Amino acid sequence: MKEMDLTQVESNTKGIVAKILGGRRMMKKLETLGIRIGCELEKVSSHIMRGPVVVRVGNTRAAIGYGMAKKIIIEQEKNVE
Amino acid sequence: MRKILLMGNPNVGKSVIFSRLTGVQVIASNYPGTTVEYTKGYMRLGDEKVEIIDVPGTYTLEPTSKAEEVAVGMLKEGDIVINVIDATNLERNLNLTLQLLKRKVPVIVALNIYDEACHTGIDIDVEKLEKILGVPVIPTCAITAEGIHKLVSKIKEAKEGSYEYEDEERWHEIGNIVKSVQKITHRHHRFVERLGDATIRPGTGLPIALILMFVIFWVIRFIGENLIAYVFEPIFEKLWAPLMMKLSHIMGSGGFLHDILIGRLIDGKIEFMESFGLLTTGLFVPFAAVLPYIFAFYLVLSFLEDSGYLPRLGVLVDNVMHRLGLHGLSIVPMMLGLGCNVPGAMATRILETRRERFIGMTLMAIAVPCMAQLAMIIGLVGQSGVTGLALVFGTLFIVWVLLGIIMNLLLKGESPEIFTEIPAYRIPYFGALLKKLWMRIKGFIKEAVPFVCLGVLIVNILYSLHVVDFIANFTAPIITKVFGLPSEAVAALIVGFLRKDVAIGMLVPLNLTLKQLVIASVILAMYFPCVATFAVMVRELGIKDMLKSVLIMILSTVIVGVILNLLLR
Repeated sequence: MKEMDLTQVESNTKGIVAKILGGRRMMKKLETLGIRIGCELEKVSSHIMRGPVVVRVGNTRAAIGYGMAKKIIIEQEKNVE
Repeated sequence: MRKILLMGNPNVGKSVIFSRLTGVQVIASNYPGTTVEYTKGYMRLGDEKVEIIDVPGTYTLEPTSKAEEVAVGMLKEGDIVINVIDATNLERNLNLTLQLLKRKVPVIVALNIYDEACHTGIDIDVEKLEKILGVPVIPTCAITAEGIHKLVSKIKEAKEGSYEYEDEERWHEIGNIVKSVQKITHRHHRFVERLGDATIRPGTGLPIALILMFVIFWVIRFIGENLIAYVFEPIFEKLWAPLMMKLSHIMGSGGFLHDILIGRLIDGKIEFMESFGLLTTGLFVPFAAVLPYIFAFYLVLSFLEDSGYLPRLGVLVDNVMHRLGLHGLSIVPMMLGLGCNVPGAMATRILETRRERFIGMTLMAIAVPCMAQLAMIIGLVGQSGVTGLALVFGTLFIVWVLLGIIMNLLLKGESPEIFTEIPAYRIPYFGALLKKLWMRIKGFIKEAVPFVCLGVLIVNILYSLHVVDFIANFTAPIITKVFGLPSEAVAALIVGFLRKDVAIGMLVPLNLTLKQLVIASVILAMYFPCVATFAVMVRELGIKDMLKSVLIMILSTVIVGVILNLLLR
């Protein structure tokens, strides 16, 4: 198991949300699209120059701004296909 | 009359169900005291006529934006709620459903996009879900109208939920519900989904976006030009002109009333762009010169909106928009502003902070010309080839970027980040698309025609009272020395407060050079918003910020005008 923030995760890999380093407001906001501690998400892509990160949660795809993505800590299994 | 509310997350096909349920009579109105727009219509329920309200999409009843606040406010006025949920996204959608069940209001659930859930291997036990929630659940597929009849017949069975839970445990409860009613047998990545991903990855997404923008521009121009050349101009030239000539003869080919209604005859004939009478130019500009482009633009825009592409565009341009103090989603109000700045300015409500809305609206008022103005610019400047058009649009684009960067540096505060759902691509439902298109065109005709006529009337009065000459003398130093335009062009700047399209039309008889046309078009776009946009901006920003915004407009217009006058030959 290793932990890193969402911007460091490689595209096309899955992980579990371990921590969200933000206030209640941010948690609530993320929750509306089903992103919360313990849920599995897959990173679809990221954009150059601190662009947004695109993830898939369940059947929902969401774009998350760079700064916000930095505060989402992901736990990944070492070997993911 | 009883009110039925359609509530659900954004992008779950709520509007399609709305358009299936309601008849032709659909009204868009603003929620009292806000600029949040919603649509309502009517339907028959047995012998009863009921009102159906399409509530703005919301993810939660704990509002995080202005639009969501409105949704919650409207809930208090509803008699029955039809909760539309996306069967392919059960977990996320049930979050709102469970919150609705806590309110004391009868609920019926429309399990929409059910067919697609089946195709992609998501199996939902509807009866079990119904039993757990304690309210009717009807599987629907709004696009093909499947399940809509059943939904209507079951509306009277809507009831208050019996599901009890603690708020803190909501996601846990949802997890349990989903586990017990949903089975995922096999999950395909459909082709559409792969295409969907390709349009948001930077490597493939940016080229696709550029090609798409080019195609869109070409399609709008193609439809607009051909509608004008083969439909609207012939109608005016072959049918309306002879009629007007007869009227002109009856009125003695001159005189005050003649000049107001018919305008000046040019070589004994009516020239629709130059005569400037109420019944000639006053009708020709909105209907023949502008309406075809409005139609073309909103057709394409509605298609883009309903297909789900716009949020993707927002993601692609996000890092650029950040430099302008905005985030990616603000591309949506900007695109709406290209149709008309009024709905564009209203749409800035999707931006969370005052700072963003100030930057967004100011940038739009200065550097995003509306379609009415664009149509006239394309008609006038486009006559001398693409160079002029490229100069006008290129200048406005550079102003848009530079001004955004400057405002971002000077204004206090930071802009929040993008956070948005990227909906699955869907083929737009034609019926809903047509309804929206019709509402927008009706809106244009209702708003534009009276103002265009008023503009034409004022032009005539100003000229006959020699007010224009007076002001022209007074402003000549600025207009001629600074901008290099003939002093009469000031009349266009005066009328531009009212309608920008009429103002551009007033340049026609001045026989300007290409350089002068480019400068005049650019400063007419920039110097001040039209009165309708002005009113919305005052309401949204308040007087103080509006004054700031106006100062920026005037300052940047003078600077850009001088630079163009020096650089162009």
